[in-house]
Amino acid sequence: MDDTALPLFGSGFDPGPSFVDVLRRTAPHALPGAGLSGPATPPFDVTHGTTVVAIRFDGGVVMAGDRRATAGYTIANRRMDKVLPADDYSAVSIAGAAGPAVEMVKLFQVQLEHYEKVEGEQLSLEGKANQLGMLVRGNLPAAMQGFAVVPLFAGFDLRRHRGRVFSYDVTGGKYEELDYQANGSGGVHARNWIKAGWTETITREAAVDLAIRSLFAAADEDVATGGPDLVRRIFPTIAIINEDGYIALTEDEVARRAEILLDGRERGGDAS
Amino acid sequence: MSQPFYVSPEQVMKDRADYARKGIARGRSLVALEYEDGIVLVAENPSRTLFKVSEIYDRIAFAGVGKYNEFQMLKIAGVRLADMKGYSYSREDVTANSLANAYAQTLGQVFTHEMKPYEVEILVASVGTEDSDPNELFHILYDGTVFDEQGFTVLGGQSEAITEVLKRDYAPGLTLSAAIRLGARVLSPPDAAPLASAQLEVAALQRSRQRRAFHRIKGTELEALLAAEAG
Repeated sequence: MDDTALPLFGSGFDPGPSFVDVLRRTAPHALPGAGLSGPATPPFDVTHGTTVVAIRFDGGVVMAGDRRATAGYTIANRRMDKVLPADDYSAVSIAGAAGPAVEMVKLFQVQLEHYEKVEGEQLSLEGKANQLGMLVRGNLPAAMQGFAVVPLFAGFDLRRHRGRVFSYDVTGGKYEELDYQANGSGGVHARNWIKAGWTETITREAAVDLAIRSLFAAADEDVATGGPDLVRRIFPTIAIINEDGYIALTEDEVARRAEILLDGRERGGDAS
Repeated sequence: MSQPFYVSPEQVMKDRADYARKGIARGRSLVALEYEDGIVLVAENPSRTLFKVSEIYDRIAFAGVGKYNEFQMLKIAGVRLADMKGYSYSREDVTANSLANAYAQTLGQVFTHEMKPYEVEILVASVGTEDSDPNELFHILYDGTVFDEQGFTVLGGQSEAITEVLKRDYAPGLTLSAAIRLGARVLSPPDAAPLASAQLEVAALQRSRQRRAFHRIKGTELEALLAAEAG
């Protein structure tokens, strides 16, 4: 890529408002997964992000993720942030191969902002969700080699005035979830917990508590999910998206909430 | 076989420059003014959708006058260059200086080598994040000439007359409201009432904003700032 000259395209080759297409035309080597070739399974342990959840409440969406990344039986990172803002009104949380996932989110963030700057207006929430689906589908060759990425996408739909949650499969298939979804190795446990506690009229505070508790439940049952770490003071990453936009809860806020909840039923009583 | 008439290079360049200047003079002018929290750009533009001023990157804005399709194309190319640079290096590495150089290169190339020069004048403006970071105003002409301006700059056909007024009336450290009112006044025809909000396109790069400094000022916000009394 020549990064000193203006990228100009002849008619018929113009990439339009898509940054991914600009990269495809000018610097294909910079696309995620470029140059990937090799055996079907990598000869090393791939770093994986584990459990993330998205819960819709009355007026928005809560997204949360544990902080652990694993590579085989080792802990690769204790403080990974898996919930990331996509733009002012949406967020992505990542489960799966950590390297390609982080790269995918970075490209997705640029893609949304690029569209907004070129076109002069933001994509609709559905449009953003479809764009992420295309990136996931683009990762399919890498997924076949063991680098699968399956994000959750959630945001506040400014046209419909409600929070919405989308999940994906490795082929880029996009599924809108009515109320909540969980992903990653501890996702099943987290989802069951949420299912037991979710109601149509759940408030923002109750949804945050439910997210924290569901991640505790996942960490309880799944070795790859990080539980609350009281020694190092590590707690889940939590973001709220409502009509005011993306708001990340501070570590102190989450810690305070988590400590109150830890005194609750997770202790399990004497029987366990 | 007939020989083409000889035309001296001086004449060719002069003809092209005249052509470009005529095209630019047909359009309306635009001013950029430094104010206490950054840079404000004020243009005469009755359209609500065809913008002359746009966001390029976190701290960088673009403005163009002349032929709309040409400066719009340059704006999009600038967004692409900036996003590519930010994606492959880091967001901090995208600078107004290198963007201005890229524009100057392209405009200069087109001016000397193509049949028709671009009929545009553009501006690349940027603000820092700290109060001590200087603002930058790169004013680029149709032939690739770059001026690094301070305080204020004027683009478009009536730039000389407007510059004279601003030399007299501009002072550093204006409030946002005072800067917008000054811009609206100098863009108005002499001896006429200042342009109203419906005739103006206003945007600012505000240093105190978090990541993306660009902010379009329109509707009731613009009306309130225009209505504010001096002092």
